[in-house]
Amino acid sequence: MAIDYKNLSDRELIYGQKSCPGCGATIAVRLALKILGERTFVCLPACCVSATTNVYPETSFFVNNVVTAFPATGSTLAGMAAAAEMQGLEDVVILGVAGDGGTADIGLQALSGLCERNDNVIYLCYDNEAYMNTGIQRSSSTPWGAWTTTSPVGGTAKGETKIRKNLFDIIAAHRVPYCATASTSYPRDFMEKIAKAKNIRGARFIHIQAPCPTGWGYPAEKTIEYGRLAVESGLWYLAEYENGEVKLNLHPPKFKPVEFYLKGQHRFRHLTEEDYKVIEDQRDQEWALLEKKIKS
Amino acid sequence: MLRNEETRSSRQFLSGNEAAAEGVRLCRPQVIAAYPITPQTTLTEKLSQVVADGAFPCKYLLVESEHSAMAGVMGAAMMGSRVFTATSSQGLLYMCEMLSYASGSRFPIVLANANRGTATPWSIFGDHRDSVAMRDSGWIQFYVESGQEALDTIIQAYRIAEHPEVSTPVMVNIDGFTLTHTYDPVSVPDQETVDAFLPPLKTTNRLSLENPKNLCFNIGPDFHMESRYQEQKAFRSAEKVIAQADGEFTALFGRQHHGMVERYRCEDAEYVLAVMGSVAGTTRVVVDKLRAEGKKVGLIKVRCLRPFPSAFFAASGGSCKALGVLDRNISFGYEGALYTETKAALYRPGATVRTLGFIAGLGGRDISKADLELMYEKLENLAAGKPEEEHQYIGLRWS
Repeated sequence: MAIDYKNLSDRELIYGQKSCPGCGATIAVRLALKILGERTFVCLPACCVSATTNVYPETSFFVNNVVTAFPATGSTLAGMAAAAEMQGLEDVVILGVAGDGGTADIGLQALSGLCERNDNVIYLCYDNEAYMNTGIQRSSSTPWGAWTTTSPVGGTAKGETKIRKNLFDIIAAHRVPYCATASTSYPRDFMEKIAKAKNIRGARFIHIQAPCPTGWGYPAEKTIEYGRLAVESGLWYLAEYENGEVKLNLHPPKFKPVEFYLKGQHRFRHLTEEDYKVIEDQRDQEWALLEKKIKS
Repeated sequence: MLRNEETRSSRQFLSGNEAAAEGVRLCRPQVIAAYPITPQTTLTEKLSQVVADGAFPCKYLLVESEHSAMAGVMGAAMMGSRVFTATSSQGLLYMCEMLSYASGSRFPIVLANANRGTATPWSIFGDHRDSVAMRDSGWIQFYVESGQEALDTIIQAYRIAEHPEVSTPVMVNIDGFTLTHTYDPVSVPDQETVDAFLPPLKTTNRLSLENPKNLCFNIGPDFHMESRYQEQKAFRSAEKVIAQADGEFTALFGRQHHGMVERYRCEDAEYVLAVMGSVAGTTRVVVDKLRAEGKKVGLIKVRCLRPFPSAFFAASGGSCKALGVLDRNISFGYEGALYTETKAALYRPGATVRTLGFIAGLGGRDISKADLELMYEKLENLAAGKPEEEHQYIGLRWS
């Protein structure tokens, strides 16, 4: 989907929010709204984006937006889309914006219902890889080895012990018309995916990695750098699922060593060379699975 | 189906659930979301059919849980659509989180609850523990006596919920099985009459492309109390609006449901029993029988648990010699909830009425005419100064 970048509106539809400096989630929402425009209805659950935008009597959104319960993003969106359809509002976008915990954990059931019904909604999951709004607790999207306040490092523990849930696979298994991964460090790729999603009817899901300087422990100005390193080292991939097929948008010719990505982050600083090897093995297994799904 | 031209209605033989579904059909919600649970199921099945038949334009969301049912109708209400959902028991408890979302942001949602006991021990049968547990969810709560009243109250519920001074969701409680699955002749009004009573929903409490806004927002300590105060004010307005709606309903439909509370043969009554829900029907029969025997007995049917008719009890509840309160719920560690509420309303300087709290009909246990006669007998004993325990369990197999 070609985007006329030179003529993109200068108007910001999220502005003045109280997020941390370098917040990846805010970048994701800002870029998405640039493409989706003013006739967007946003639904958020309890999460970083809602907590930093909507405290009465202020709001940082310049489009209609609501804050629903933590498990209820998918179901509230379904009701909004149903009402929009009944009222004949054809040229509007019903957009969900939720974090990884609100999507992969507590919100998964309602999201699954939304995907199964193929409700006319775009669901954007910004993944900062833990419950950041409540103060860095692990979620099912926290990567193996990462320190969080509930996956601590100590005498018997070295961070998160489980491999993260693959949301892309879960949503694609619902056979939705469109599902994609993205990264805030690849804005053109992300905006094109948003633009593509805008022109499709039904349940559309975009899972964007959104680095978090506060939770990951790196200087705020390095958000884009860490997002890039995640993709370049193969720890995050940019892919699309459409018409029953998986497509890779970017395949690094050779993965950068994972330590380039891991070393500068506080959450991984306890990891050893052996742990890097474990992470590389996990990465290679994940890519082997991914490549099996890609149409050659 | 017999149609009466004079009353502009048809006479049909319907179960309580079917009657409620007819009420919903006549109110024409744009979005319905529901999840099946016994004994609510036949209500939502019937609605699925009428929507499939194209009786009115409606999107029926087949959600994967009650939590999503309430979130779904709330999402549609945010967009300004009229909505409906129905549940029961565990389903109502599963909705609990969303009930306070919907009420706190003042969406005029109507919910039918088929009253059923809550697990454990498991029971699919009726009592009021489910809805009483949700007493403080910020919803207006009606309890109905018959299928006819279920239909009529659904129609009244939209009128009340959507009133700009109320703008608060309404729960219509229908006793599981006792009402939901028993059949009675029900007068089903014409669409035109309902339309005259219930205009299309108009609200400013909605998202709008012309005037974008944020709903269901966060409020810090600086404004939070003011928001709660407004909710309480809405309930005060509801007391007036419920009475007005019932008056206009009576004028149009020829049936009166007496607003928040009904007095039956209470004028000179010495022994009065206050009840909620379907047992009011049996109690009427018992009152008539005892009256024929010369006993001065009466019935208070509490139709609304919230707003609670406290002014009614303060003004007239104490005029008898003994007042009994029948609860189909129990708040462990204290007593039946309606009994607590009633006593609090009666507590005024100089109040002298003596009271008994009866617990009966839990988990579908039948409340017979003999049980009710026994309750009146105990009230008579109490007034005569004979010893009676304040809290009594009627029909208990062993203690």
